[in-house]
Amino acid sequence: MRNKFIEILVKEASKNDKIVLIIGDLGYNVVEPFQEQFPDRFFNAGICEQNMASMAAGLASEGFHVFIYSIANFPTFRCAEQLRNDIGYHNLNVTVVTVGGGLSYGNLGYSHHAIQDLGLIRLFPEFKILAPGDPNETIACMKNLFSSNGPSYLRLKKAGEPNYNTQEVLLKEGVWNKVISSKNNKIFLTTSGGLSLAIKLLKNKEFEDFGIYSCPIWGAFYKDSQQKQIDFFDQVITVEDHLLDCGFGSWIRESITNPNSHLKISHKGLTKNVVGKVGSEEYLYKLDNL
Amino acid sequence: MNSILLSKKIRKVSLEMVHSSNASHIGSALSMVDILAVLYNNILNYDSNNPNWEERDKLILSKGHSCVSLYAVLGLKNFFDIELLKTYGKNGSNFMNHISHKVPGVEFSTGSLGHGLPYAVGIALGNKLKKIDSKVYVILGDGEVAEGSNWEALLFASHHKLSNLVVIIDNNNLQSLTTVDETLNLESYREKLEAFGCNVINLNGHDHKELEAAFSNSNLTSKPLAVIAKTTKGKGVSFMENQVKWHYKSPNTKELSIAIKEIDNA
Repeated sequence: MRNKFIEILVKEASKNDKIVLIIGDLGYNVVEPFQEQFPDRFFNAGICEQNMASMAAGLASEGFHVFIYSIANFPTFRCAEQLRNDIGYHNLNVTVVTVGGGLSYGNLGYSHHAIQDLGLIRLFPEFKILAPGDPNETIACMKNLFSSNGPSYLRLKKAGEPNYNTQEVLLKEGVWNKVISSKNNKIFLTTSGGLSLAIKLLKNKEFEDFGIYSCPIWGAFYKDSQQKQIDFFDQVITVEDHLLDCGFGSWIRESITNPNSHLKISHKGLTKNVVGKVGSEEYLYKLDNL
Repeated sequence: MNSILLSKKIRKVSLEMVHSSNASHIGSALSMVDILAVLYNNILNYDSNNPNWEERDKLILSKGHSCVSLYAVLGLKNFFDIELLKTYGKNGSNFMNHISHKVPGVEFSTGSLGHGLPYAVGIALGNKLKKIDSKVYVILGDGEVAEGSNWEALLFASHHKLSNLVVIIDNNNLQSLTTVDETLNLESYREKLEAFGCNVINLNGHDHKELEAAFSNSNLTSKPLAVIAKTTKGKGVSFMENQVKWHYKSPNTKELSIAIKEIDNA
């Protein structure tokens, strides 16, 4: 995903001289193509996430589309107030890009486990969340980013993910994307790494007739469009690589205005069982029966 | 109007605003009045009829609680109908009790400290990238300098030689509960700022000639410029000067009247 991100960013930056990339001293073997082609629009802010975020806001106020890039908890939790006040409140064109979404960096310990980031960002109403589940969804998210303005959060995993969407993906904000058709009108609804988890869950006999839909682009602005989509199905199970507390499933549940919908919605995601544990992503998922 | 006369008007309008809305922070607002008067009268390049003019100089108020004196100078310089200041702090007003970018001429909303300088660094960088020869000025409170984000920003600004950045520290040595020295001693500002790569000037923050000289282009070298402006909190109203309580208290009708007379007679 991160390679697809930089490939598209470089392509777009060659057409748009207002695109700037600022990294927080991370991105080895990823960001170099941008740095080499656009040295005047590439900055390493150093290990200074607060300054990176506020500075990006100031730069965006001068008409630039600024991408700030780091590992998931650093340009989010470390500078949460800068995202809230400087970028969000001023509605500036800054995209916070994180890698290591979910438990991608499972062996690196709790500091690198991005399992609360969506909960933080969805508190900021101006922010659009873009959480692709595979490279094809990453391409669609990038297209969306370049066709709109305003604060955004692009949550990437790492590199080498397979494509679960077999065709080109077209995404709209808050609209579910069909990945696999349902045979029984029951679905898994995913965001980010929830997509790969749902693919695994389909192998269980009890879910073999389920379909999979993803919702890569969401956030506070798009809650109103959820009820109609929920009503279309007989059962919806949300799946995410994030704590269930304040995550994607919670967002879906909070979107419900029809009380009957509660009866057909349940959630799969991470719990306190993974907090403080270390291991591969697969190992950690098993701690939560995923 | 010269900057001295402007400073008197700013002080009077600021006092009336906090009195009318029973608001706090008048001491902090009075502290930086002379800095604002010199900047808006003699230094900043702007067009109040076109506040978003791309090549304008920009002022960022990082100590957003001192907003009344900035609102006042913007009103006095015709960025908006000055009568609007009567809505300050009232329900539904854009004139919030911390500086608000919803007001014409205000570049950036603050209120939480330590945000203005990093944001100003972004503007300065943007102007360099666009090859626009305008400057960005940012006013910080001295207590606010303790925020780590400021030092992160200075590292970046000096590393990238942002010579279009002017950092002004309103050094009244009084913060929320007591002096800065007693709270978390930040001296020496000069040594710290020089160590972080700034060209540093110490001056009397109420002396208009010193301020004007400091902001002249000759001091804009290849480094960011840091101006340590020694000021008095509550400056211009004797019973407010150097008193912590005027960080919180609003003048009643009698106190307002005495304060206005003092300013007129100064």
